Amino acid sequence: MLMTMSTLNAKIPPGPLAEKWSYYKEHAKLVNPANKRKLEVIVVGTGLAGASAAATLAELGYKVKAFCFQDSPRRAHSIAAQGGINAAKNYKNDGDSVFRLFYDTIKGGDFRAREANVYRLAEVSVNIIDQCVAQGVPFAREYGGLLDNRSFGGAQVSRTFYARGQTGQQLLLGAYQALERQVGLGNVKMYARHEMLELVKIDGKARGIIARNLVTGELERHFGHAVLLCTGGYGNVFYLSTNAMGSNVTAIWKAYKQGAFFGNPCFTQIHPTCIPVTGDYQSKLTLMSESLRNDGRVWVPKSVEDAKAIREGRKKPEDIKEEDRDYYLERKYPSYGNLCPRDIASRAAKEVCDEGRGIVPSGYGVYLDFSDAIKRLGVETVKARYGELFPMYQNITNEDPLKTPMKIYPAVHYTMGGLWVDYELMTTIPGCYALGEANFSDHGANRLGASALMQGLADGYFIIPYTIGNYLAGEIFTKPIPTDHPAFVEAEKRVSDRIHRLLSVKGRRTVDEFHRLLGKIMWEYCGMARSAAGLTKARDMVRELRREFWSDVRVPGSANEFNPELDKAGRVADFLELGELMIVDALHRNESCGGHFRVEYQDEGEAKRDDENYRYVAAWEYKGDDADPALHKEELVFENVQLQVRSYK
Amino acid sequence: MKFHLKVWRQKNAKDPGRLVDYTIDNINPDMSFLEMMDVLNDELIRKGEDPIAFDHDCREGICGMCSMYINGRAHGPQRAATTCQLYMRSFKDGDTIYVEPWRAKAFPVIKDLVVDRSAFDRIIAAGGFISVNTGQAQDANAIPIPKADADRAMDAAACIGCGACVAACPNGAAMLFVSAKISQLALLPQGQPERYTRALNMVKQMDEEGFGNCTNIGACEAECPKEIKLTNIARMNREYLTAAFIQE
Repeated sequence: MLMTMSTLNAKIPPGPLAEKWSYYKEHAKLVNPANKRKLEVIVVGTGLAGASAAATLAELGYKVKAFCFQDSPRRAHSIAAQGGINAAKNYKNDGDSVFRLFYDTIKGGDFRAREANVYRLAEVSVNIIDQCVAQGVPFAREYGGLLDNRSFGGAQVSRTFYARGQTGQQLLLGAYQALERQVGLGNVKMYARHEMLELVKIDGKARGIIARNLVTGELERHFGHAVLLCTGGYGNVFYLSTNAMGSNVTAIWKAYKQGAFFGNPCFTQIHPTCIPVTGDYQSKLTLMSESLRNDGRVWVPKSVEDAKAIREGRKKPEDIKEEDRDYYLERKYPSYGNLCPRDIASRAAKEVCDEGRGIVPSGYGVYLDFSDAIKRLGVETVKARYGELFPMYQNITNEDPLKTPMKIYPAVHYTMGGLWVDYELMTTIPGCYALGEANFSDHGANRLGASALMQGLADGYFIIPYTIGNYLAGEIFTKPIPTDHPAFVEAEKRVSDRIHRLLSVKGRRTVDEFHRLLGKIMWEYCGMARSAAGLTKARDMVRELRREFWSDVRVPGSANEFNPELDKAGRVADFLELGELMIVDALHRNESCGGHFRVEYQDEGEAKRDDENYRYVAAWEYKGDDADPALHKEELVFENVQLQVRSYK
Repeated sequence: MKFHLKVWRQKNAKDPGRLVDYTIDNINPDMSFLEMMDVLNDELIRKGEDPIAFDHDCREGICGMCSMYINGRAHGPQRAATTCQLYMRSFKDGDTIYVEPWRAKAFPVIKDLVVDRSAFDRIIAAGGFISVNTGQAQDANAIPIPKADADRAMDAAACIGCGACVAACPNGAAMLFVSAKISQLALLPQGQPERYTRALNMVKQMDEEGFGNCTNIGACEAECPKEIKLTNIARMNREYLTAAFIQE
């Protein structure tokens, strides 16, 4: 592994933490309205980050082209977020502030995020709520007509705004409507059912993309003065995750292979409250919002015998007496209890199941019990509070959580890693930006609940509109580059060569079969607990699987038609490369922090960080298909918080 | 479990299309309908046949992408559920199941079970928004909204834009979809300034897209996976009528 010391400049503005963003905005270059009209911006992905960025940049007067692989921009996976969005409004008068939201996020991320970015995120969080309400987002309200809040993991204040169990949907529809308004006005050209398959670079700068029209199979060349990648996370590398089936790494992976560094690829969030896996046929996992931990109590039986009896159907949860139950989160973390952060709750679930106290036939499941809340508040209140969630659970499992406890287990949910970006959200390729889950920037080694929606919208509505001007101000003399430029021709050729390679293998095994195998390797060795020995083995396994894929995959149909199997094959081929980079990253980081738990580095089950040696962002540079990636480090400087062992006890 | 499937196969928009028979065995009752389709496609690919194209993404009932007409019903027999939320335990062993795409003039078939629903996006682009640029908003609590209004707006806003209402309607009408958005925004104070132009513009676009008219059949409400109410259509008619008078 090549090691290069930091050449990375995060471009953090000078001055005290609380004034950095104001300083930046006051000193960033501006583009005048007449020039904005001449500048074209490509936005890939239309989730919270992409839709909000595309709409806002169009409002400012830039010419925007937006792309999504779904049939409509409204389908992006942000729509599935249930619980809520954080904002430091302090409407509850319970002591919240911008600094506290900043501090909780830094601490929640186990001190592996950049202070300046996180502070800015907390700062603009309040504007997001204002904007969304103005758009008509129907947030939950109290009887006096004012906005309601609830609490979420990793915080001791109530700062989470929500719209029943459909917060992501409502925020996304707000951004989607703003985007469609600009489409109607002719300021955005929307390309649905289009997938970005290559980034085009000219003289070192991002100048466009190659996209495939998924209906006709045609390859298209699109020029842009800047390219924004807002394509979400790569949790589907695990095959089973709470991500949508189409969520993929392809766009940012292409950028990585064109020279954008990949930050902290191994930082993965395993969400504690998902419906447990039941069979091999399963195609995805379903999350049950973390907000349920406000009223639900997590437990398993104290004794292995009781757990075994439940697994074998000889006992029911109701048969286990109160004193024979282990409410292990409340026992281990009394001050946060069931609301401790996600990584901690997930690991604790794994621990009790590894002890043989799991309560589903596979052994991997724990209870989330609402009976106390129902006694305290009544069935109707509990039902009203969680809207769709209970019926959704009942529909999938055929059990009523109002009568018997929910069964839950952790599942892959979010990736904190992503393209490395500086303070301006620019990657190491000039003119190429990454927003939302696609970048690495704000959540460190673990994201707090209700912070993904906040980050996506912060990046798109309130950050990129300022920072992109600072770059585009230098581009006002760049005329649109015709797409017969050799760089476009070569990029398109790389794409078509690869498509033809996929189609010409004509092997025996399906794309899904390879994807499942990759997922099993990643979950086993690069999931909730990782070890040097396991990761070393897994790296060889992934390489071998990749080799088999390219010699034995069967992709039906042709390149010039609607061919979902071909789309999927390209994505899985990229996951097979990404998996190895995640393993390399996990192997090099000899510490435990947040979601990255190396079994060699622990204190009685608690993660043991090594601030002396690993207080940095690992940014990986692609060096060729057969070469090891090169490591670059961005040292993290903490001037405003004290590094400490993260305690929720 | 074993099933006999009759699935609509259509190569592209121009192909007339036809129902093709498939038999599938060893299906676990806890599989979702789409997972059953995955198993079938896996078999087809291994046999060297063309897999069945269908739209799907989140597989948890919220993205609105999945869209199958199963045994003559949009999203199948289960109430208040999308196709991805339908489980094989809802069927009997040995059942024959018909699987077709959404059928409506305004939703042309792309391939097999996949249709083009971009008409919905164009209706939203015509007026389904509040014109507020980023950064113009006042404090979120500056205008209190009675909880009952906020709740009713949320009921309407729950629409996932899947198009089941159109598929279920004998007239191919999109009025449940359009009225849900008009209602949501008309119920909120922020939606007032554009209230009437919105109703006029969205209805105009809806007509131009080739959707039919409402004749109070109610199939849309019965099949809506999010249980959007017919009262929204009544509200839309009221908004539209008022708008027409105001415009005069």
